[in-house]
Amino acid sequence: MSLLWCDKYRPKDFSKLDFHKEQGSGLKSLTKDGDFPHLLIYGPMGAGKKTRIMCLLKELYGTGVERLRSEVMTFTTPSNKKLEIGTVSSNHHIEVNPSDVGIYDRVVIMNIIKNVAQTQQLDLSGQKSFKVVVLTDVDALTKDAQHALRRTMEKYITNCRLILCSTTMSRVIPAIKSRCLCIRIPAPTTEQIVQVIEKTASLEDINFPRNLAEKIAVLSERNLRRALLMSEACKVEAEGKLTPNQNVAEPDWLLMIRETARIILNEQSIQQLKKVRENLYELICRGIPPEIIFKNLLDGLLKQCDLGLTAEILENAATYEHQMVQGNKEIFHLEAFVAKCMCLYQNVLEEMKSDF
Amino acid sequence: MQSFLKSGKLGSQSLDKGASSSKITKKSKTVPWVEKYRPQTVNDVVEQNEVVAVLNQCISGADLPNLLFYGPPGTGKTSTILAAAKQLFGDIYRERILELNASDERGIQVIRDKVKTFSQLTASATRPDGKACPPFKIVILDEADSMTHSAQAALRRTMEKETKTTRFCLICNYVSRIIEPLTSRCSKFRFKPLNESMIHERLKLISEKEGINCEDETLKTLVENCGGDMRRAITCLQSCSKLQGSGSPISVNTVLEVTGVIPHNWLLEFVEVCKRKSYMDAVEFVKKFGYEAYSASQFLEQFNCFLVNTGIFSDKQKAMIGEKLGTVNYFVQDGGSEYIQLCSLATSVILACDA
Ligand SMILES: Nc1ncnc2c1ncn2[C@@H]1O[C@H](COP(=O)(O)OP(=O)(O)OP(=O)(O)O)[C@@H](O)[C@H]1O
Ligand SMILES: [Mg+2]
Repeated sequence: MSLLWCDKYRPKDFSKLDFHKEQGSGLKSLTKDGDFPHLLIYGPMGAGKKTRIMCLLKELYGTGVERLRSEVMTFTTPSNKKLEIGTVSSNHHIEVNPSDVGIYDRVVIMNIIKNVAQTQQLDLSGQKSFKVVVLTDVDALTKDAQHALRRTMEKYITNCRLILCSTTMSRVIPAIKSRCLCIRIPAPTTEQIVQVIEKTASLEDINFPRNLAEKIAVLSERNLRRALLMSEACKVEAEGKLTPNQNVAEPDWLLMIRETARIILNEQSIQQLKKVRENLYELICRGIPPEIIFKNLLDGLLKQCDLGLTAEILENAATYEHQMVQGNKEIFHLEAFVAKCMCLYQNVLEEMKSDF
Repeated sequence: MQSFLKSGKLGSQSLDKGASSSKITKKSKTVPWVEKYRPQTVNDVVEQNEVVAVLNQCISGADLPNLLFYGPPGTGKTSTILAAAKQLFGDIYRERILELNASDERGIQVIRDKVKTFSQLTASATRPDGKACPPFKIVILDEADSMTHSAQAALRRTMEKETKTTRFCLICNYVSRIIEPLTSRCSKFRFKPLNESMIHERLKLISEKEGINCEDETLKTLVENCGGDMRRAITCLQSCSKLQGSGSPISVNTVLEVTGVIPHNWLLEFVEVCKRKSYMDAVEFVKKFGYEAYSASQFLEQFNCFLVNTGIFSDKQKAMIGEKLGTVNYFVQDGGSEYIQLCSLATSVILACDA
C-alpha cells in the first residue's frame, strides 16, 4: 500500500515547514550548539507537533533518526505483572506512548529512561552526550507517573533529554512544566490548510478546485491531518475528476455522533435512550476517545437544540464531563448526560404545550 | 531496543554525513543552566533565610533536626538539602545520604528494608581524611507527597527508632498530603515563591556570565511571568537566548511566547463576546481560543487577575464570576475538558451580565 498523503508529504526539515515558519527557525536555533532543554510541546490535534519533533531530532542528529524500527518491549511490574508496549526508535531516540499500559505507565517510563540514561554513548564518534526520549500523550499520564518524572528529569539530564507531547497543558503537573521549555503549536488557519492541500495536490499532479479545498479546510476543524485525509478521500471518490461542489465525506464516527444528538432531541423516551446507548457503545468500541465523543455530542446538541437551553446544557456538560474523566466507566457518565438533556428538553416542550 | 541502547555500535561507522558538522563540537558535556547554576553551598540559596540559618548552624557543628521542606516547584528545596549534604560530609557525602524520589519504588516494603538497613549502618564522626563531620546520615525523601499513606505510616516507626544515627529530610510541594504524625516529627520549612527582585538579580548575574544581551525591562517581564519559580525563570532565559539566535537582544515578544502568556486582547474579546449575550458566539470564541493552544489554566489565572481589577463588572457580578472561576479552575486541573469548562465559564459570565 502506498503512503497516505499526510505521511508522504510530512516536512522533514524546518526549512520545508508550510506554516509557523518563524517558530520553526526559532526551534532550529534552539538546537544550534547541540544542546537543548527538556521540551513540552503542546497543541491541538493535527497541528503538527509530531512533525516538529521529527524535524528537531533530525536537526540534532542528522538523517540517522529516520532509520526507524518498531519493537515491542516487555517490562515487569513490582507485582510481577508482565507488560508489553510498542516503541519506535532509532539509534538516537526512542518514542513511546506510556498511556498504552494504563496505570502501569510509571514502570514503563522509569525503565526506559533509566536504561537510556545509564548506557553512556560509548563510541568516540558519538555526536551527542545524550539521547532523546519522546513521550506522547503526556496529558493522559497518571499523576504517579508524572511525579516520578520530576527528579528523574533532573538527575539524568546529561544523558537523556525528554520531549513531551501533549494536547492540553492543564493536566500536566506544575513541577513538570517548571522543568521544561513549553512550546505552543497553534492549529493552522483555514487559509494555511487550503495552501497545504493545494501544494500537496500539485505534487500529486492533480487539479484541486479551490472551492473544494476551502470546504475541506472548514470541515476539518483546523486539523491538518484530517484535512489531508479528507482530500485524499475526495480524490478517490471522484475517480480523478474533482469538482468544486462534490460531496466531502466527513469521518463516519463524527456523523454517527451527530446522528446521536439528533436522536436525543427527536424523541425523549427509554427506547430512544437505548438507541443512544447502542451508538455510544459502538463509538467507544471503535476506539473513539470518550472525551471526543462528549465534546462532539455537546456540539451536536447545541447546534440542533434551540429552546433557550444552551446555558443549562453547558452547565450540565461541565459537571458530567468532569465526572467522566474522574470515573472509569465512561459510558455511565455519557448516558447520564444524555438522560439529563432529554429530561431538560422534555420539560421545556411540555411547558410550551401547556402555554397554548 | 538492544541496538538502541548500545547505540552507535551497529550503525555509527556508516552514520549520516548530514550531521557531521556537529562532530566538531565533539561530546561537549553540555548542561543546561539550571544545573550549572544550581546552588553549591547553602549560602548560594536565594531568599530562604530560615532554612539557611538552621543548616548553617548545623554545618558549624550543631545537631540537625528532622526536616520537612515544602513549597511550589523551583524554589530550591532539592538544591538546598543537596548543597547542605555536600558541605556537611564533603567527599563522602554519597555514602552518607540515601536519596529516594518518586521514581524509586517506595512502597512499605522498601521503607522497611532499604531505609532500615541504611539507617542501621553506623556513621563515625570523622571523615576518612581525618576531618570532623556529623555522626549521622541523612535520608532524603524527595517528592514525598507522592508516597502512599501506608508507606508514610511505615516511616513513622523507623524515624523514631533511628534518631541516633539518621536524620530525615522530607520534601514535597503539598504539605497537606503528608500525614500528621510525620509532619509533627519534623521541623517544617516553607519555601516561599521567590521574590521577583531576587530572581531578577540572579538572572542578571547569569546573563553577565553567559554574555546574554537582554535589557532590564525585558528581563523584568520574564520574571513577572514566571510566578516566583526560579527554575522556570532560568530555563526561560536560556531558551529565549537560544530561540533568538546570537547577537540580537532578547525581544519582549520572545519572552511572552516562551512564558506562555496569553495576549491581553483575548481576555478583552472574551468579555466582549459574553456581553453580547449570545451563547453560540461564546462557544465559537472558546473554540477559536482552543485552536491557538493557549493553556486554559493560564487563561483562568489571567482572567482572575483581570476580573479583580476591572471596572467593567459590579462587585456582585465579580462575586458570581469569581465563584465560578474557582470551580472551573478546579475541574480543569482535575482533567476536565478545557473546551467544555471554558464554555461553562462563559455561560456564567453571560448570566452575570444580567445580574
Ligand atoms: N532559592 C534558590 N536560589 C538559587 N537558585 C535556585 C533557588 N531555587 C531554585 N533555584 C534554581 O532552580 C533549580 C531547581 O531548584 P530545585 O531543584 O531546588 O527546586 P525544587 O524546589 O526541588 O523544585 P521541585 O518541587 O519541582 O522539585 C536549581 O537548579 C537552581 O538553579
Ligand atoms: Mg525537587
